Amino acid sequence: VTVPPERIARFSHGSRVPGWDEPVDLDLDPAEVPDPATTDVPADLRQEIDDYMSRYPDPHSAALPALTAAQRRHGWCSPEALEQVACVMRVTPAYLAAVATFYDMLRVDPAPVDTHAIYVCTNISCSLNGADALFDAMLAAAGDDEHFDVRAFECLGACDIAPMASVDGRYVGPLAPADCVRIIGQCRAGEEVLPERQLAYRKAADTLAREAGRK
Amino acid sequence: VSRDLLFEGIDEPGLNTLEGYRRRGGYETLPNALRMSRDEVLGQLIESELRGRGGAGFSMGKKASFLPKGDMDKYLVCNADESEPGAFKDRELMQKNPHQLIEGIIIAAYAAAVTRAFIFIRGEYAYVADILERAVAEAKEAGYLGERVLNSDHDLILWVHRGAGAYICGEETALLDALEGKRGNPRLKPPFPANQGLYQGPTLINNVETLSNVPHIISMGAEEYVKLGVPNSTGTKIVSVSGNVQRPGNYEIELGISSRELICDLAGGPPTGREIKFWFPGGSSSPVLTADDLDVPYDFDSMAKAGSMLGSGSVIVVDDSNDVLDIALKVAKFYRHESCGKCTPCREGTNWTVKMLERIQDGEGTPMDLDIMASVQERIIGHCLCVLGDSMAMPIGSMIAKFRDEFEAHMESARDAADRAAIEAAA
Repeated sequence: VTVPPERIARFSHGSRVPGWDEPVDLDLDPAEVPDPATTDVPADLRQEIDDYMSRYPDPHSAALPALTAAQRRHGWCSPEALEQVACVMRVTPAYLAAVATFYDMLRVDPAPVDTHAIYVCTNISCSLNGADALFDAMLAAAGDDEHFDVRAFECLGACDIAPMASVDGRYVGPLAPADCVRIIGQCRAGEEVLPERQLAYRKAADTLAREAGRK
Repeated sequence: VSRDLLFEGIDEPGLNTLEGYRRRGGYETLPNALRMSRDEVLGQLIESELRGRGGAGFSMGKKASFLPKGDMDKYLVCNADESEPGAFKDRELMQKNPHQLIEGIIIAAYAAAVTRAFIFIRGEYAYVADILERAVAEAKEAGYLGERVLNSDHDLILWVHRGAGAYICGEETALLDALEGKRGNPRLKPPFPANQGLYQGPTLINNVETLSNVPHIISMGAEEYVKLGVPNSTGTKIVSVSGNVQRPGNYEIELGISSRELICDLAGGPPTGREIKFWFPGGSSSPVLTADDLDVPYDFDSMAKAGSMLGSGSVIVVDDSNDVLDIALKVAKFYRHESCGKCTPCREGTNWTVKMLERIQDGEGTPMDLDIMASVQERIIGHCLCVLGDSMAMPIGSMIAKFRDEFEAHMESARDAADRAAIEAAA
């Protein structure tokens, strides 16, 4: 059996750094710390980042919360967002780009401001309970709407409600593929997602076990 | 079988508020601890023989005692980056009883003479972080945090720091890099964080459950605490049971009960008509055990003797309707995705393991692949800065060792199917 050439991807090991296969642009200006006089930073973003920086002995520690805050305003860690954060933190945008590309929750591909982050857990416990079908259904329900960032995610730490998903930071489960259309609809309508199945309201399993009379 | 200590009244409405926690006697231990000398508190923690609940199982009191004495800036970091597949105990503890953790942090910080503490929580737990932040604000308001805690000479500043999604940040040195605002790459040890950790200062890093145990140890006394559990595995343990079980969830048990009681009695066992094929006793990074091992006591030493580990205490049960190859591939793909790429054996080893497993799945594998794969696993273990690579190598190695015939059978049938497809395509 011959393997088709497209299956032999030499560098397919999933480097998370975008642009790894593009040549370096030697004409680019070296990265500099943005000039506060020419960089327009929204006042509330500046204040939020300043607040984060004040919490740590080393202000660099604010990188993750600051990038998260910028992403909330811009939809993703865009060059403009990085520029603004870098200006307040007094680091180069390149430093922040290096940080942003490491973490799964920081988006480095363009996305609109009000993007709904839907992470479907497809790790062991969820997949034992049908998460792969759930993920396919979620992708189909979201269709090509760019306002939905539907991703198969690693273990989200809610195996007790497997299969589950995190919808804009709220955990819901157990889910069936049929629930996906409703979830997407509730997101679009700005409603709370499946309130009856949110993890926040679930009792500890120990209590449930006792209620089942099997202590 | 279950024993409530950390989970006492866990579902009581309002327990996650200061008022609710105080109603159950919360923050009553703290003034007593502050009246003791730092060494007395440390002594209690050592005598309690409390072992870290995050995975490594190192003595918490000893770790705290490794911090150098003196006037330098010292830090305490609570590791709430619970990302191990199958683990969800810390989430429940923080969501429903955040003040228990905060009280534990204050006491531990007092014992180690630390004045700055951080809770590093994974970014995905956004709503739990909101609860924690509210609780920290309440504690600050009530004078449990800040300068001169309860009019003692102990100061403590505590902040909740949110991660942004990376499994590796649960590794203590990677966590420190992430907390310093860098990519979460593990550091070379030694120096250990107790000597040179956050901002190069001495740092005590403990898991959420470990720190949540601290108020109970001080209030009941180490002498009483060691009576819980079995020698060398003292206390209770919250075990997350999930996968193919009827009642998945968190169960608090005394260490040392049989695994069968935990899986079959508490969690209800596999679905009706199904048998347990294998199970992970300590998250997806622990070597798998089979149904024959169900009578092994659930504690640190017995699990090690059975060839696996207790890890973070997360049991994933897999029943006989599942193919071992699918699970192996899930595990390998997870670690490939989460490998930070710093050390070659892990970065390349996880990648090649996935490729070989996919080859087997597609019918292009040969029995030699299993030997190569087993040797790749051996070459990862112990050869990297952190144990992420080992965390894949150990379960995959154990699956190959215990289910080799199944891998080979799968290989044969997949190859037959691929051959048939090729013949049909040619015809």
